[in-house]
This record gives sequence, structure tokens and C-alpha cells, in this order.
Amino acid sequence: MSSQRAAWLFLTPALVVLGVFFLLPVIAALALSLTDYDLYALANIHNLRFVALQNYWALLQRPLFWSALGHTVYFVAVGVPLSMSTSLGAALLLNSPLARCKPFFRTALFAPVVTTVVAVAVIWRYLFNTKYGMANFALGHAGIQAIDWLGDPRWAMPTIILFAVWKNFGYNMIIFLAGLQAIPADLYEAARIDGASVWRQCRHITLPMLGPTMLMVSILTVSGYFQLFAEPYVMTEGGPLQSTTSVLYLMYDEGFKWWNLGSASAVAFLLFLIMFAVTALMLKLARRGGEA
Amino acid sequence: MNSRLAKALINGLLIGGAVVALFPLLWMLSVSFMQPGEASALPPPLLPVHATLANYRELFVHAGMGRYLINSFAISSVITALSLAFNLMAGYAFAKLRFAGRERLFQVLIGALVIPAQVAMLPLFLLLKYIGMVNSYAGVVVPAMASVFGIFLVRQYARGIPDELIEAARIDGASEWRIFGQIVLPLLKPIMVTLAIFSFLAAWNDFMWPLIVLTGQEHYTLPIGLASLAREHAQDSELMMAGSVITVLPVLLLFLAMQRYYLEGLLLGSVKG
Repeated sequence: MSSQRAAWLFLTPALVVLGVFFLLPVIAALALSLTDYDLYALANIHNLRFVALQNYWALLQRPLFWSALGHTVYFVAVGVPLSMSTSLGAALLLNSPLARCKPFFRTALFAPVVTTVVAVAVIWRYLFNTKYGMANFALGHAGIQAIDWLGDPRWAMPTIILFAVWKNFGYNMIIFLAGLQAIPADLYEAARIDGASVWRQCRHITLPMLGPTMLMVSILTVSGYFQLFAEPYVMTEGGPLQSTTSVLYLMYDEGFKWWNLGSASAVAFLLFLIMFAVTALMLKLARRGGEA
Repeated sequence: MNSRLAKALINGLLIGGAVVALFPLLWMLSVSFMQPGEASALPPPLLPVHATLANYRELFVHAGMGRYLINSFAISSVITALSLAFNLMAGYAFAKLRFAGRERLFQVLIGALVIPAQVAMLPLFLLLKYIGMVNSYAGVVVPAMASVFGIFLVRQYARGIPDELIEAARIDGASEWRIFGQIVLPLLKPIMVTLAIFSFLAAWNDFMWPLIVLTGQEHYTLPIGLASLAREHAQDSELMMAGSVITVLPVLLLFLAMQRYYLEGLLLGSVKG
């Protein structure tokens, strides 16, 4: 058996799976988004018609799409910086030579990452219950009025953001920690001899050395946060007043509740295009920042 | 003096962070042992007055939680075993076997990572519907049998295997399968453990795809079962906390037991490019 043939034999199972169950559906999604595939077409394929870009056009005119996009962008724009700064803060604390019991703290801070979103979202629903929840109980002690966390359209998204930060910050914390440990100690030594303060060491050594890690982490986190779905599904069912309906939530409802699969595919593709554009923009900005 | 203050501050913040991270999980465990209705009181109780297993009994006897638990275990184990086999073979081929178009093909796979999985879900549902796999275990398992991330992870690791080792076996007349099974696989053991934990956790925690493809209760995995219970029993916090414990505990224990491998894999997977 030649090495060429062996290679293809080793590759075939994985490539078939990825080809049939991912690549093919992605291409089909593009085709599907150009049709009016709905409940009637599901019953009888002859009812299917080609509608070109009509699904996209209709979506762009629907207030619900824009509000879902707005909620998702809100979640990303507030959630990602908050999540990343929490991760960085935790990593800096864990990396400090003064910190004790590091393995314990690392495990404790990381634990929420491996938990099941649905299960911990259920916990948060009770912790942020208006009447009996711990959160309002604690606020009450500080003399702050009870907040209707998940029932008030102004508070529902911030509550979901808090939840997402709690659930996810440990992941990037581990990556930042590895990045911090890779910074040569003699850089800090030299800075200390020159009399640089801890704050200036942080600004002029730590942050620039973490630059590439930071870029990678922020791109991965942004794409992850754009895919908001399970949290609102469990905590608020997209409400109140659709204030937590994300783009993927809209896709799910459109596709699997109303069976407008053509229109839902258009939602999925628009989300993909937006994510792609945002990632490209971030890379471009980072490159320009690197040259300056 | 200043350094003692800094030490107190840093450790104090770490303790505070650990409390915030762990409190919801410990609270869940405590409330799961409370009598029905006990948690809905002011001030919110921290510990059960008379600990009871009634919530767990209710879940297993009446809510079908045992079935969901078995489904979750079965689906996650099968996905782990199959994806491990396929990803190991493909990752090894990309790292060590020479064939035309190797780098190009690998780049295409990595490029596909920018496409969010949800784009494929609608046509995938139709595809599985036409081949009769909707509402079956296979519908959840089949799309997860290989992953670009897994292939990438194995390739990164397998590149460290010395070529001479493989070449020598080839000269001795060993077949490619034998080389893979007897020389390469033993060397890939650490990454196998890492990848197995990753696949199992991802399969266990997966929500959106099982929610779409599993339409009947008898096939529900724990997250889907829990989400549907949470909509029916919104007021029963004690029952829901017991359900959350059953869902979270297996993966949390797996992580605690295999922490080192998991964190190593996380770092290996994140140094792209």
C-alpha cells in the first residue's frame, strides 16, 4: 500500500463526515435562503419556489430582525469587554507571586466553564428571582430597591450579560495566564531597576507582550458571543417584550417554530456575514495598530 | 508593610472571586435537598432544615430524569469514541503522511472554522429528515463524528513524533495500519485523553442541535429534558435545582478528575497560526 493511498484511507471517514454533515449543508443553506421553503414545501417539495434575494430583502425591512440584531450587538459590545477584563484581572491575580493556593483558585474560577449552560441558567433564574432571589436580598441589605432582573426589559439583557461573564471568564483566564507566564522575568527585573512602578510595568510590558494573545482571544470571544441562544432560551424565552431575542433565537423561531426554513437560512447567513465582517475589521484594526 | 497590604488585597480578591464563581453551584446543591417550597422564603435559606432526597426521587420516578441521564451518557460516549477514532486518523494523516494537496486541504478545513455551526443546522435538519434520522440518537451522533478542532489538535501533537520512527517501521515492512496502531497511537495517548474529555464535555453540554433534532421526550438528553422541565415547573425551585445537580455533576467530576489534560488541551487548541 502506497503512502498516498494510506493517507486518503486515514482521511476518508473524517472528511466524509465533515463534507456530508457540514460543508454540504452550508452550501445548501445558501441555496435554501434563496427559496420560499416553508411548511407547504416541507409537505410537498413541488410547492418550493425560487425567490432570489426576497428573503433577505424582507428581513431587512422587518423591525424584529433589527431589534434582534440590536440585542445581539448589545450583548457582544458590553459582554465581550466585560468578560475579557474579568479574565485578565483574574489571570493577573493568579500570576502574582503573592497569591497563595493557586491551584485551588484556578480550579474554582474555572469551574463555571465546564458546567452545562442550561443547568446553570436555571440556577441564575432563581438567584435573580425578584421576590425570593439572593441577588435582591443582598441588594436589600445595602438599601437598594428590589430589581425585576428578568422581568424588566431594561434589566433582562444586563442580567444575561452578567450570567455569561460568570460562566465564561475562566476560559480566557487560562489562556491569559499562560500568556503572562511566557513573558520573560528579566523584562520586569530591568524595569524594576529603572524604578518603574507596578502600574507602568503593567502598561509597558504586560499589555504589549499580551497583544497577540489578546487579539486571538477577542476574536474567538466575539464570535462565541454572537452565537447567543441557550441563555435567553432558558432564562427569558426571548422576553420580556422580546428584549432578549437574539439573532439565533430569531433563526430558531423562524425555522423550527414557524417552519419558514428559507427565511431562517437567510437569517443564519446574515449573521455569518456580520460575524465575518466584524472579525475582518478587528484583524485590520489590529494590523494598523501594530504598524503604528 | 506595603507588600503585606498587597498580599492581603490580592488574596482577598481571589477569595472573593472564588466565592462568586462557586456560590451558585453550592447553592444549587443545598437547595436540591430542601423540602418543596422551602427555598421560596425570606430571608432566602442557605441550608435545608430537614435534608431530603424527595426532589431526586420525584425526578427519577415521575419526570423521566433517569431516561435523560442514560440518553446523555450513551450519546456522549458514542460521540466521544467515534470522533476520537476519526479525528486521530485524520490528524495523523495531516501531520505525518505525504499526499498531494495536503497543506491546501488543511487550510480549507481551518478556514471552515469561521462558519458558525448554526448555518448548517437548517439544511442538516432537512437532510436527516429525508434519511429518517430526525428524533433518533443517530441524528445527534452523526454530525458530531468528526471535528476540525479535533483534527487540528491531533495534528499539532502528532507533528512531534520523529519521522525516523515511522520510516524505520516502514523499512521493516510494517503496514500503514500497523504503524498507526502499534507505534503512533501509543505516542498519542496524552492527546487522546485530552480530546476524549473535550468531546465528552461538548457532547454532554450541547444544547441547540439536540433541541432541534430530538422532537420526542424519549430521546431527550439532560439539557433538553431540563429545559423542558424548567418551562413546566417554573415555580418548583427545589426540584429544578436537583435536576441541575444531575446535569452538572457528572461533567464537573470528570473535569476535576482530568483537569490537567483538559487545561493542556485548551492551551494547545488556542495557539492557532
